[in-house]
Amino acid sequence: MSPWLNFFIAVGFMASLGLALAMVLVIANRRLFVYEDPKIDEVEDLLPHANCGACGTAGCRAFAEQLVAGEIQPAACTVNSAEMNQVIANFLGVELGSQEKLVARLACAGGNHVAKRYGNYQGIDSCRAAAMISGGGKGCVWGCLGLADCRDVCDFDAIVMDKYDLPQVISDNCTACGDCVDICPRDLFSLQPARHRLWVACKNLEKGEKAERECTVACNGCGRCAMDAPEDLISINNHLAVIDYTKNSLASRVAIERCPTGAIVWLEDGVNKGKEAVKIIRKQPLPLE
Amino acid sequence: MFGLSTFKHGVHPREYKELSNQLPIRRLPFAPTLVLPLSQHAGKPSVPLVQPGQEVVRGQPIAAADGFMSVPLHAPATGRIKRIELMPTARGPKTDSFILEVYQGSNQQHSYDNPQDLAKLQGKDIVQLVQDAGMVGLGGAAFPTHVKMTPPPEHQVDTLVANGCECEPYLTCDHRIMLEQPEQLIQGTRLIMRALGVERAIIGIEDNKLDAVKAISELLPAHDPITVQAVETKYPQGAEKMLIKSVLGRSVPPGSFPSAVGVSVFNVGTLAQIGELLPHGRGVIERVVTVSGPGVEHPGNYLVPVGTPVRFLLEHAGVTSGAHEVILGGPMMGMSVSALDVPVTKAMSGMVVLEQNDPDLHKQQAHPCIRCGWCVEACPMQLNPSMLGMLAASSDYDEMANDYHLNDCFECGSCSYVCPSNIPLVQYFRIAKSVLRERAEVA
Repeated sequence: MSPWLNFFIAVGFMASLGLALAMVLVIANRRLFVYEDPKIDEVEDLLPHANCGACGTAGCRAFAEQLVAGEIQPAACTVNSAEMNQVIANFLGVELGSQEKLVARLACAGGNHVAKRYGNYQGIDSCRAAAMISGGGKGCVWGCLGLADCRDVCDFDAIVMDKYDLPQVISDNCTACGDCVDICPRDLFSLQPARHRLWVACKNLEKGEKAERECTVACNGCGRCAMDAPEDLISINNHLAVIDYTKNSLASRVAIERCPTGAIVWLEDGVNKGKEAVKIIRKQPLPLE
Repeated sequence: MFGLSTFKHGVHPREYKELSNQLPIRRLPFAPTLVLPLSQHAGKPSVPLVQPGQEVVRGQPIAAADGFMSVPLHAPATGRIKRIELMPTARGPKTDSFILEVYQGSNQQHSYDNPQDLAKLQGKDIVQLVQDAGMVGLGGAAFPTHVKMTPPPEHQVDTLVANGCECEPYLTCDHRIMLEQPEQLIQGTRLIMRALGVERAIIGIEDNKLDAVKAISELLPAHDPITVQAVETKYPQGAEKMLIKSVLGRSVPPGSFPSAVGVSVFNVGTLAQIGELLPHGRGVIERVVTVSGPGVEHPGNYLVPVGTPVRFLLEHAGVTSGAHEVILGGPMMGMSVSALDVPVTKAMSGMVVLEQNDPDLHKQQAHPCIRCGWCVEACPMQLNPSMLGMLAASSDYDEMANDYHLNDCFECGSCSYVCPSNIPLVQYFRIAKSVLRERAEVA
């Protein structure tokens, strides 16, 4: 047999094998084809890729799919800038929609200059670990432990610890993803619409002097805010003022003016306390008792 | 040491038992004010039976059980209930507690007896009496004893194991109870055996307490259903599953109770109290607490009324000037307290006071894991703490639970104890468990 014949048999075999496999691929491509809107990829590119879940979907890709399907409005993404969301709305030709700005708020104002500590916690730098060891040494067992689990979990640098070891939320950075709400072992964070100005920065359930003994700025359940506020806006529940936000439109500064400890505050251009609130002069941490 | 039955792995921390194991149990006077939390047990808090302002006598029930998973509470001293208010507890959260102002003339006499004819008692009567006594596991778990005495119907219990291991360093209260109250211990064991309907009981005692083995054996007739067995001195021999493995060779399957392999385990202190209280129909109002450690001037075992503030107990035992940290329970599994106002509860077995210069307390920085495997060799549950620790560092809690059996860890602390890199492994596991518990509650 001439060597050429061998050569042609081999080439012919490989060519027909390639052709047969190509046919399989062609058939598979036809029969198993899934149409995906090319808009999904383009919309995804316009999203921030934070995958934070603040919009309520599993991530940016899932959000893009729902956007293209018209199930959700672009404004639901709180991480993107308003301009970028407008670009998406124009691209898809849909309404921008409106998303109320939510921010994480801490229901505690007990920094180390006002809240007593009885024990010195040594161990892992984590609120959760401290909370499990006899409450972490803080006198108020409802208050912030100040070991910054929330700052560490925040993907957007929206939480910084102030000089009193209390987390401060930078509203502009906060996307209301809810990670801090989940991580706090004392459940002090909640997501609140930014228009809620009246805020009780305390969760202490003790009454009167017992509450104030542990923390200068604790709510002592005196009830003055509830008396001054209109129509059941504020109620006292377990010696703690609770605001009914369904009546938020009635809220005004009147409620905070007579608060003796400054536990109830008005959040507008910073934290505003009432006229009768005790003045905090101390700048250093309280000594251990 | 060869020939003694034991379990695999475990550690040998220094014992420090000599500080207190030769001293007889001493009675502590009443503190002027007792703090009695309504929830001193696992399960639902008890329901108050008395009003603020009301006078109570020693031994009187002051709170009733709220359902089956709950136990009543009795007044440890004669006095007046001042109020019911939120008070700090050793665990951290504040809970509703009775504040009992003790009368100056209050004495040790029980004024609230309900004598029982032991010979006539049926099994279920004994269970009811144990609940009425407010009895919980005195070893530290605070699990209601009568619940343990009622195993699920699908489990056939054939052996009672009395846990006299007391493997925690410093603690000697169970040791002293076995030496000083062996009759009550045997009485209690026989009562529980009758309630459970079992033919056999084994009292497991570590071989560093052979005098206790002797004291109990001497009181038992030949061929008695109760036997005493010495086991190797090793931490955590006193853990339920370890002791069952040691004395019976049975392995409790992951996630199930000892009754699944036909065993019920009770702490010897619990059994001795049952033997003492049940014939009189009394409730748990005091317990033996070991106060020990380098920071204590007079270490020893004290018979302490429940509700005594820790501060009062420490004032009596004396604290050295170098005292730095107070741990409730033993140093391996116990927890330091931040406030000395917390009361002694039914489940508190000891108090260890460490000094600042104590080498065990010396804070060393945690270093990266070097994969030496010491923790794997120490873990009595045959888990892989090294891997679990690395997963915890990256917050992979679900993987810890699903693939590495996090929930089998009972937080004995052997892994942290041996880790040459000082990685606080067991603390990481506690964080992981707490996060997973919260997620399960939300879901």
